[in-house]
Order: sequence, then structure tokens, then C-alpha cells
Amino acid sequence: MTFLFDLVAQGAQMLLALALSPLLIGLIRKLKARLLRRKGPPIIQPWRDLIRLLRKEVVLADNASWLYRSAPYLIFAMTWVAASLVPTFATGLMFSWSADLIAIIALLGSARFFLALAGMDIGTSFGGIGSSREAMFGSLAEPATIMIVFTVSFVAGTTQLSEIAAYMAGNLELRASVGMALVGLLIVAIAENGRVPVDNPATHLELTMVHEAMVLEYSGRYLALIELASALKLLLYVSLIACVFFPVGLARHDARLEAMAIGLGAYLLKLAIGGFLLALFETSTAKMRVFRVPDFLGAGLMLGLLATLLVFVTRSL
Amino acid sequence: MPLYLALTCISALLAVGVYAIVDRRNPDISRNVYRLCIALCSILFLAAAMPRGANVLSTTLPFGLPWLGMHFRIDVLSAFFLAVVNLGGAAASAYAIGYGAHEKEPMRVLPFYPAFLAGMNMVVLADDAFSFLVAWEFMSLASWALVLTHHHDAENRRAGFVYLLMASFGGFALLMAFGVLGGIEGAYDFASIRESTKEGWKTGLVLALALVGMGSKAGLAPLHIWLPLAHPAAPSHVSALMSGVMTKVAIYGFIRVVFDLLGPPAFWWSIEPLTFGAASALIGVLFATIQSDLKKLLAYSTIENIGVIFIALGLALAFKANGLALPAALAFTAALFHVFNHSLFKSLLFFGAGAVLGGSGERNIERLGGLIHSMPKTAFLFLGGCVAISALPPLNGFVSEWMVFQAILLSPSLPQWTVKLLVPAVGVALALSAALGAGCYIRAYGVAFLGRPRSDSARTAKDPDRWSIGAMAALLTLCLLAGLLPSLVIDTISPAARDFVGGRMPTQAELSWLSIAPVAESRSSYNGLLVFIFILFSAYSARWVIHKFGSTRSRRAPAWDCGYIETSPTTQYTGSSFAQPIRRTLGVIAFSVKERLDMPAPGDIRAARLNVEIKDRIFDYLYAPLTRAVETCASSLNILSLLTIQEYLALVFAALVFLLVLVAI
Repeated sequence: MTFLFDLVAQGAQMLLALALSPLLIGLIRKLKARLLRRKGPPIIQPWRDLIRLLRKEVVLADNASWLYRSAPYLIFAMTWVAASLVPTFATGLMFSWSADLIAIIALLGSARFFLALAGMDIGTSFGGIGSSREAMFGSLAEPATIMIVFTVSFVAGTTQLSEIAAYMAGNLELRASVGMALVGLLIVAIAENGRVPVDNPATHLELTMVHEAMVLEYSGRYLALIELASALKLLLYVSLIACVFFPVGLARHDARLEAMAIGLGAYLLKLAIGGFLLALFETSTAKMRVFRVPDFLGAGLMLGLLATLLVFVTRSL
Repeated sequence: MPLYLALTCISALLAVGVYAIVDRRNPDISRNVYRLCIALCSILFLAAAMPRGANVLSTTLPFGLPWLGMHFRIDVLSAFFLAVVNLGGAAASAYAIGYGAHEKEPMRVLPFYPAFLAGMNMVVLADDAFSFLVAWEFMSLASWALVLTHHHDAENRRAGFVYLLMASFGGFALLMAFGVLGGIEGAYDFASIRESTKEGWKTGLVLALALVGMGSKAGLAPLHIWLPLAHPAAPSHVSALMSGVMTKVAIYGFIRVVFDLLGPPAFWWSIEPLTFGAASALIGVLFATIQSDLKKLLAYSTIENIGVIFIALGLALAFKANGLALPAALAFTAALFHVFNHSLFKSLLFFGAGAVLGGSGERNIERLGGLIHSMPKTAFLFLGGCVAISALPPLNGFVSEWMVFQAILLSPSLPQWTVKLLVPAVGVALALSAALGAGCYIRAYGVAFLGRPRSDSARTAKDPDRWSIGAMAALLTLCLLAGLLPSLVIDTISPAARDFVGGRMPTQAELSWLSIAPVAESRSSYNGLLVFIFILFSAYSARWVIHKFGSTRSRRAPAWDCGYIETSPTTQYTGSSFAQPIRRTLGVIAFSVKERLDMPAPGDIRAARLNVEIKDRIFDYLYAPLTRAVETCASSLNILSLLTIQEYLALVFAALVFLLVLVAI
């Protein structure tokens, strides 16, 4: 019976992540529009777009290979698996131990690997430009993330995300290192999800685009999968920040249904707050030049390293 | 029994080399030689896997120095490396049955190839300094001869020269190291070295010499400069052996000397491997990212991976010195796991590069492109190798890197401040090199295999024969298995960790669901199999849902490219344009890049040019002054060759007096 319940909880988390991620995008778009005193599309709009895309015919470029056609499924699957391993409303779910935080980051790395390859498959210069920049951003953002993971794991003594969340929930105190890690992770999250000021998710046909340049040739169901994957990735980062740094209200996997419901409510609230802050941040900054991004990410990397060193020093005193 | 079997096989390999010379007129000679090599390597692999009743087997053969003989021994570490060497050897031989058939001058390969294999096997089994050095030099010389296979090319001759120079330098360092270890009494067998007492200065000296000697063969920066020249110069199956296997033999030598012969370590031993390992990882991957020669790129990436292995070994030393058995076992197991993994995927990638070279005649990725259409099988297998080496789950490269990260995460328990502050810096280097490595392989694969063909040879390239494809497929399968079932590999390595660092990881096979947990399940765990199943499940369920409820229609049309009309394939992103962001952001520090735009004046009709000048600082600031110094010394000592007979006699007398005084003191 417990087994069945655990399985249901894990499955619920998977479906929850899938269902909520386009809504988060919709919420951010709506809030951004409202901040600019526009009315904006309804929050459900991204889902409508996805369903419309799924029904459309795919137009493949003449020389698209099997890699191009299978990449969207792989990217979607890897991101989805990664997103469902991050605790949302409860910790310690059935399969939460099958990959720790490092493995989750690496899974996103795999998705990036295939996305960048897919961008180069057609052989257009836009695809190449996107992949090349994505590779550069990735090679700075990933080490920054790993350093942040180090900090958090040193503090909590584990790399299991559920255990980290449980530890953080049990030891609510202010730590300089954790604060630095939070700022670092925010920087990484903005860059990894291609948000302003690193990339602009709302534009096509701009020489500075990164993510959009890679997926330029995709259409129909393939495009839908990739859009869904990037929505899942945004949700993943928001959930990650929420569960590590603000683990309020998280239920344990063996908790009763009420606790789960409270956890779910808290999670939805956190998502809304995260979305609001992101929208606020995006409307108040301008996009930066591509070659300024390494400095931006370098700051994240340095913050991660400093935080790690700080933990080392304070730990042993 | 396994030891005698192994020694018989090694002599048989030497005999195969002789047979290749004797029977050189036979048109089937190449095929026969490689077939024999497969058989012998497989037997050697089985000998390594065979149960050894008394864990350690040794024997003494009446060759070599009269008072010493030749000692051979097989223990858990030798057995592991014997398996790695012969797995790589068997795969390379199978690949070569097809690939070697096109060799223009087979006599420049066939006699040396089995000898090279025999040399590597002998190094791993040697149990005294004399046989170790003989085997080591034999391996070096055989591989040098193989590097010079295509000696008509001036570049290859230079590669051979640099390789010979560095190999003799490294061999010299090893000679000194064993000299210091053996002492004046000349107790050169490893058993007596192990038992002898070592003073502080001795261990420091031996450690430095071993790092130089083994490091120069493994390609540890800054002794790596020969590697990107020599590895690509050899025929591809030999490149695979040199990169995938010979560097591992050097790692074996380092472990044998530092973890075994030198006795219990002090914490400062770890500093050198950690620093040089981190430097190699970064230098290797940065240079790999800007190469346009596919084989050179792979060679630089070997330097990166050797750096990762040395980092893990350094961590193991630090933990071992402080008596932390479990973390030491974790780091040591991670190092050996990465040795195994790298031998698999680097061989696979070199085979792939060889297939590309054989199929299209090109090594330069800037003239390739679109190979996924013309060489579909190679493209698939090479992609697998790229994913594995980029440390991406669920393949095997990720598992060993993950274990190194876990070992780093245990480092706050180290008491010494030096190591404690060094380890996070090494961690950044490791994370950076892993991420850059993924970017490097996106570039290599994307430019060479994807997109549109940039030349006719890329358009008309063909997949290689069945043997070559089979060898690559076998290696990819092993990569996948090692990634999905890492617990099997870890449990195989564990006995070696027990013997060499005094601890072992918990038995992984006992964990549920075949997952791995290096310390405890609440601390960290990873399950490659489950992650793989989840990915497959999610991908297929998404496909099923879309095909059921959405659309399955698709139509081919010209690429959109924001509305630009079809342009020539030269407008694609090239390898150097792909590397440009990395070159700009990290290039100034790493390789002193100078970019200069040569823009013609208005009205001038000459084309504008962008000149990119890339320099290797290590070569400019370390090797160039060194060669200049050697040259100055040599020319100033030149007068010694023009002395009269009286002066020579006086010189000899003075030297004699000096030596006698030295002995007297």
C-alpha cells in the first residue's frame, strides 16, 4: 500500500511539473505585460500554443538527419526526468535517490548537448551561431552550478536533493556562504533559461539570439516538445531555488495527505512569487551584449567558488 | 597459471612480430597478424580475469641481469591494467583487420604492432626495476617506430623526433627514480624496494622523478607537448592504442611507484598530482576546443582526461596519508574507473576518426560536414563516444567524474590547510574542464558530422568495413554497460583499492536497484540504469501521446534560415567560428590569442582578412628557452672536442681524482 502511495506521489510530481511549467511561462508573460500596462494573453495561452503546435504538420529541412528528428524527444525526456527529480511539494519521493543534484545538473547538460547538436544539423549559420554561444554559456554556467552544489552539499553534508531540502528546513539560519550560493544560482538560472539580460525569450530574428537561433528550423510537434522542455527547465530552476533556499512547507514523503496539500499550496505560492520576481527583473533590465555574458557568468562562478571556500574555512574553525 | 599463460602470450606476441618480417611476401600477412593479435589479447584478457588462488602470483625468469633475473608478478592492480591493455589491444586489432588493409607500407606497422602490445603487457607484469625499464623502453621504441609509419611527411618526422626526445627524457627520469629507490646495494626487485626504509629526501626525489617520468608518457602538462604531435601521426588504430592504452600504462607505473613502492604517503605528496592534474585538465580541454584536426583534438582531450585521473589519484593520496580509508578508496576507485572508461571511449573516438580519414581522406573538420548522411553507422557510434567522453549521463564518463566530485565533497575532513584550500580550486578546474569538454565535442561532432558537406570528399565518404564497425560497436556497448551498471565495475576495482589505499568502498552489488552509493545512500547515490529507463520511458510515452493525439505528418522543404535563400555550404558555421566565443573569453589567458583584422582601404578591391594567431605559452616560455640553453651549452662545450691528447689525459686524470674524492667522502 505504501509502495502504491509512493508511486502515485512520484507520478503526481512528474505530471504536476509537466502541467505547471507552461502555466509558469504564461504567468510570467502576463505579469510582464501588466507591468508594461498591457493586457497580455491569458495564463493558459502557452498550453494552447503547444496543443496547436502538436496538431500541426512538421516541415523538415531537406537535409535534416535522424539526429534532428530524435533530438526533441531526447531533450524533452531528459529535462522532464531532471525536473521530476527536484522536490516540488514533498521530499524523499520514491525515485528521488536515483540521481543526486550533480546528476540532475548533468542531465540538463545532456539536454543542452543534444539541443546544440540539433542546432547544427541543418547547416545554417543561425543554427551554428546559437549552438556556439550556447556551448560557451554552458561551459561557464555548468561549473558555476557545480560550485554552488558544492557549497550547499558541504553545508548539508549530502548531495541528495531531498536530504538537502530536509536539512535546510530543519536548520533555518542565515549563512553568508548560502547567501552567496543563492545569488550565484540566480545568475546561473537566468543565463541557463535564456532570460533577459542574457537572452530574450520573446524575440526571433535578432543577431543576439541564442536559444531561438538553435531551434529556428524546428516546427510543429518538434517545436512543441522543445518549448515544453524549456518551460520545464525554468520550472526546474524555480523549484530548485525554492526547495534548497526556501524549504518552507515541504512535506515528507511519508506525511499524510493534509501535509501534502499544504506542501502543494506552498509550492504554488513559491512559483507565483518566483514568476513575479522574474517578470519584475526582466522588465527593469536591458539585454546585455553577448560578450558581456561571460563576465556575468564569471561573477556567478566566482561567487560559487567564494562560497565554497567560505564553507571550508568556517567549517574547520 | 595465469602468470605463465600471460608470459607465454607475450612471447607469442613477440613471435608474431618476427613472423610478420619473415612472411612479408604473403598478401594476407596483415590480416593474419591482426587476427593473431586479437587471439593473444583475448587470452591475456582472460588471464587477467582468471581467478588467482593466492591473490598475488610471482615468478623469476633467468634472463636479464645475472644477479637479479627477471621478476614478474600479477596482483589485483596488474590484473586490472592487464585487462584494460588487452581489451584495448583486442579492439584495436579487430579494427585494424579492415583499417590496416589499406596501409601503403604494411612493413612499417606489422612487425612493431605486436611488439608494442607485448611491451605494454610486460610493463604491467614487471616486478623489478630492470625488467620494468626494459619493458618501458621497449614499449616506447616500438610506439616510436609506429609513429614514423608515414615518415614521408615532414611533420610526422618532427613528431617522431619530439616523441623520442621526450620518451628518453622520461625514461632517464625513471632510471634515476629506480636508482634512488634501489639504493647503493642495488636491490632492484620490487619486493626488496617495498621493504627498504626510505628517508624523507628520497621519497620527495622519487616522487618528483616518477611524476616526470610517468607524467611525460601519460601526457601530464607541461610534459605533454609530444602527445598531440605523435598520437595523430600514427595510423588510427595505433593512435587509439597510444591514447587509450599506453597513457594508462604510464598511470599504472605512477600508481605502482607512488602507492606501492614508496610506502605510506605523507599528505604533501598529493599536492603535485593535484596541481599538475588540474593544469592538464584545463590546458588539454582548451587546446582541444580550438583544434581543427580531428585526431589532434582527440589527443588534446586525452591530456584532459589524464588530468582528471591524476586529480583523483592526488585526492586518494591525500586521504590515504590522513588515514581516511573510505574516501581514499572512493578517489582511487574513481581514478581506476576513469582509466577504464577513457580507454574505452578514446579508442572508440580514434577508431571513428580513422574511419572518417579512411572514408573521406580528411582529418580537418573544416573540410568535412554532413557525414551523418554519408557515413551513418560511424556517425552514430562516434556520437555515442562523444556523449560518453563529455561526461553526460547515462553513459560511463559521467559515472567516474561523478565519483571524483563525490571524493572532492569529502575533502573538508582533511586536516591540512594546504590541501584543504587546494581541493576547491581543483574542483573548479575539474568542473570547468568537464563543461568545456562537452562544448569541445559539440563542436567536433557538429562541424564534422552534421550540417552540409563542405567538400566533395565529405559528400562521397563511405562507412568502413564490418570489422571496424564491429570494433566500434563493441566499445560503445561496453561504454553503455559501464554507464548503466557501474556497480559491477566498482566491485571489480574494490580489491585493488583495498590493497593499495587500505580501504574499500561498500559492496555496491548489495544495494537495491543496482544503484551506486559511494559512502551512504543518504549522502549520495546514482542509478544510471533507472535514469536511462526513465529517459526512454518519457521519450517513448511522449512519442506515443503525440502520434496518437497530435499529428504524425511531416514534409520536406528547403531550410528556412530566417528567409535567406539556399546558400553555399561555406556559409555554415566553421570549427574556428564555433570556437570563437571560447577563444575570446578564455583565449587571452590560455593561449595568448592575437586577432587582427586586415581591412582594405575604401576603393581597394583586395579581400578583407581576419588573422588569428594562437601561441602555446608552455612551448614559448618553457621549451624554447630550454632548447636555447641546451644549444648554448652544447656549442660552448664544443671546444672539448678539439683538445690535444695531453689535455684529454689531464681531463681524464682530473675526473678520476674528483670521483675518488667523492667516494672517499
